[in-house]
Amino acid sequence: MKQLSIFIENKRGTLLTVLNVLKGAGIQIIASTISDTQDFGIYRIICDDPERAFIVLKEQGITATLTDVFAIQLEDKPGEAARVLALFAEADISIAYMYSFLLSGKGILVFRTSDTERTKQVIGEKSLQEFC
Amino acid sequence: MIWNPNKECMSRDEMSALQGKRLHKIVEYVYHNVPFYRNKLQEMDIRPDDIQTIEDIKKLPFTTKKDLRDNYPFGLQAAPQSEIIRVHASSGTTGNPTIVGYTRKDVGVWSECMARCLTSYGITRDDIFSVAYGYGLFTGGLGAHYGVEHLGASVIPAGTGNTEKHLKLIRDLGITGIACTPSYALYLAETMDKLGIKKEDLKLRSGAFGAEPWTESMRKEIEERLGLKGYNLYGLSEIMGPCVSYECQEQHGSHICEDHFYPEVINPVTLEPLPNGQSGELVFTTLTKEGMPLLRYRTRDLCSLMTGQCNCGRTAIRMSRIEGRSDDMLIIRGINVFPSQVESVVLSMPEFAPRYMLIVDRVNNLDTLQVQVELRQEYFTATFDTPAAIDDLEKRLAAKLKSVLSISAKVQLKAPGTLERSQGKSAHIIDKRKL
Repeated sequence: MKQLSIFIENKRGTLLTVLNVLKGAGIQIIASTISDTQDFGIYRIICDDPERAFIVLKEQGITATLTDVFAIQLEDKPGEAARVLALFAEADISIAYMYSFLLSGKGILVFRTSDTERTKQVIGEKSLQEFC
Repeated sequence: MIWNPNKECMSRDEMSALQGKRLHKIVEYVYHNVPFYRNKLQEMDIRPDDIQTIEDIKKLPFTTKKDLRDNYPFGLQAAPQSEIIRVHASSGTTGNPTIVGYTRKDVGVWSECMARCLTSYGITRDDIFSVAYGYGLFTGGLGAHYGVEHLGASVIPAGTGNTEKHLKLIRDLGITGIACTPSYALYLAETMDKLGIKKEDLKLRSGAFGAEPWTESMRKEIEERLGLKGYNLYGLSEIMGPCVSYECQEQHGSHICEDHFYPEVINPVTLEPLPNGQSGELVFTTLTKEGMPLLRYRTRDLCSLMTGQCNCGRTAIRMSRIEGRSDDMLIIRGINVFPSQVESVVLSMPEFAPRYMLIVDRVNNLDTLQVQVELRQEYFTATFDTPAAIDDLEKRLAAKLKSVLSISAKVQLKAPGTLERSQGKSAHIIDKRKL
């Protein structure tokens, strides 16, 4: 799954500028999260058309990149995320970052790991359902 | 009190005669020992014998910071390496620092001139004197230190940093004199307030402040808060270090050790010498230096010269406060910083666009330097989209800046295209300090 990562300076109005660009292009945001430091933040977005969103942001001079992330579909019930993360921990894979959202009664876990190949293997072996 | 009345109170005629004699000798010395000067003098068709009186100095070529850079590291050194006993370094305008080598005699002259300064500040062998300039490549620490030892007072090599411990020593040891930057003196005062130490608890009575520009209002504040009298101390490593000029009890202009460092003030554009009293760029010729003698070195400091007998009894010519610079050099925490140094570091890292902004401020009397740079669009990629990765990049830049500038700077990363493209040199700098 493609995630859009956007470099955002900690300055009033910067986030709004980004959102207005996406709104103007008719992009639907499905989930988003910001990890921030004192000076800047990285705004991560899952949306309906990441490639097009990337192009329109670039055109407006906004620094963004497309990142491959994993998205796993889970039952909407307690303990699911822990169950899945335990599988990665056993395989010696660490999580770089993670966030989640609910869509049509399903829990979606979005994350990047230290080892993409190994993660793919685990997902296949354990028959985890990818969201796309 | 006057350390060396023979020189500091010499009649003007005698001083001019001495300067003329020494100028002839130094020109002869560099002509035979420094190819750079020999070539320059030959190009101008000047022989050492053409220089007989101090007025002849007008015939000589100028030396600039660029000449020092072009001849890095030892190209302008006149004495053989075996005679050099000390090397200091100060900021160069780009990558390379300025290297200055001293012979044993040079260190002796330095100590002698520094003792003149300290005596003028009222320091005697009965004093306990703390040197709170940085020790190391910077000339401040060791320069002042040797002067205090030469004078015979007890020197406390406090250096910078660990201010609370330093204050404890000032109080417990009954330290009476201190040398530091004026902003550090104010920082000491802040720390005293924080620790509840009153000026009445201290025996400080005299301070030698220099290495950065300061004002009369800063002097008043320092004198009031530390309970001492504050004097200006001027110097630059290319010429020697701290000791080149010093204020007396009159606190009206700084007397120049002109038997060793001959001052001129020139128009920085036409390079014509200006009459005394007019402001222009200060130029020094070292009259006795062996390690790295310099002819008509352009300091880029702007000031004027004051003649006439001083009430203190000294006849030595005085210079006014430094009014500014004729280049874009900044003095931050006493350290010379050239924007071009920052530029060379930024250009060496492909992750950043070739643009930067320096923001200088003073917070709690300590100078701060912030360097804003732009991340290049193409470096913000899938492997780079975490705060940790960007923090790491900022840290790498900060470490490089620290090693080149000798002071730490806070790096602030800006989005691509957000920094203004600079129009001129000074467009790179925002100096918020109110002096």
